[in-house]
Amino acid sequence: MRMTKALSLIALGCLASTAALAQKTAVQSIEEYRAMLQDGNPADLFEAKGEDLWKQKRGPKNASLEKCDLGKGPGVVKGAFVELPRFFADTRKVQDLESRLLTCMETLQGLDAGQIAKTPFGKGEQNNMTALATWISAESKGMKFNLSQAHAQEKVFYEVGKRLFFQRGGPHDFSCASCHGQDNTRIRLQDLPNLTRNPGDGVGFAAWPAYRVSNGQMWAMQQRLNDCYRQQRFPYPGFASDATVALGVYLGVNSHGSASVAPAIKR
Amino acid sequence: MKTKHKITLSLLVAAAALAGCATDSGTVDIDKLTANIVKASFRDEGIVKASVLDTDETNRACSTADVAGKPLEEKVSKAIEAANLKTIHWPAGGKFLGDWKEGEKLAQSGRGLTWTDTATTPNGGNCYNCHQIDKKEISFGTIGPSLYNFGKLRGVTDPASPGARAMVEYTWGKIWNAKAYNACSNMPRAGHLGILTEAQVAHIVALLLDPKSPVNQ
Repeated sequence: MRMTKALSLIALGCLASTAALAQKTAVQSIEEYRAMLQDGNPADLFEAKGEDLWKQKRGPKNASLEKCDLGKGPGVVKGAFVELPRFFADTRKVQDLESRLLTCMETLQGLDAGQIAKTPFGKGEQNNMTALATWISAESKGMKFNLSQAHAQEKVFYEVGKRLFFQRGGPHDFSCASCHGQDNTRIRLQDLPNLTRNPGDGVGFAAWPAYRVSNGQMWAMQQRLNDCYRQQRFPYPGFASDATVALGVYLGVNSHGSASVAPAIKR
Repeated sequence: MKTKHKITLSLLVAAAALAGCATDSGTVDIDKLTANIVKASFRDEGIVKASVLDTDETNRACSTADVAGKPLEEKVSKAIEAANLKTIHWPAGGKFLGDWKEGEKLAQSGRGLTWTDTATTPNGGNCYNCHQIDKKEISFGTIGPSLYNFGKLRGVTDPASPGARAMVEYTWGKIWNAKAYNACSNMPRAGHLGILTEAQVAHIVALLLDPKSPVNQ
């Protein structure tokens, strides 16, 4: 909503003689604004912090995360992001990047995963989580999404994620599909990707984590999904809960072959 | 109506057993597993209770159809529309039209009923999020059709006239409960689910039908 106001202000700046012309001008202004955003991405700062955190000895066990297995073997970061969420044999669970980081922070560093999951976004260890996710995503920048559907549980999570995507509820009857189920639509002036199919390189699932200029915050996928559910008037999805991971599998598998641009920059 | 989605891969059974969802026949009931996951994943926060996900038959049927990628059978959608039509509360004293200026304010607002709102946050109508309405507002969404000239295009020159009655009632009904006219519409049921009050619905009807409203210029 905040951006709607901002864009309306930009639009007001170009009062034209006809409504049609005003609209064209506004859209052009918005495109210019978006182009300006590409000049520098504050996500770089979170990325640097994330890399330090990965290597830093922390927690009761005074250990780094350098032995963390993100799916491609202990310590392998490059290429891991574009294959997540996936099934992990040690936890016997499908995990996304953030739920996997929780596992590593607990097993390697002795940090309390339950406590971190309960911490609100933007506070304490959640800030470290965001920085780590930003750096790990950056290590796969430009690579194509290639989630596995080989394990039975991965297939199950895709099917569950699909049902969650179309789940209508709350006082407004909204589902994810209310906004993201058709091509070429927008909310106010914000373009909406159709996430029921592959939306293409750097769109939707392939654009997070991202730095949001409108609120000056860095968001990873868990926070992105959380805020979608907030606006949907749904109750609060637990951090790294199975629902959020399953939704990630649905979106990630649909984005198969699309290039990741994360960490991205958003209005 | 309810489609059972069964995946019979034997591998799947082992995985699903962990989630406590394998059945005797060696299949996984994905719908049931999804329901369990929803129950375990969502919690109350602020004014939003987890129970808002215990939805009605309308939403359940439409979600199932969406997952299947097939529209509802004609007979099912008719039944859903009939059930929703019965919920419409018609205005006291036949006062269908309120103040279009108030309607415009409501149409602009997308606030209310999220977990960052409070019980006293006034609910908006969310209209501009999806529809073009007053031509002067260029920040409008496109999920729903344009409503510019809504009344004019439908020939409503005097909303109080008998000739306009059917369109006035339809407009009221559509705002009150959109599913009465289109079973799986994306549009919220503003009156039925308590997003807007009776007086607020009248203001929005005025925004759309009052010949003096900017919508009809």
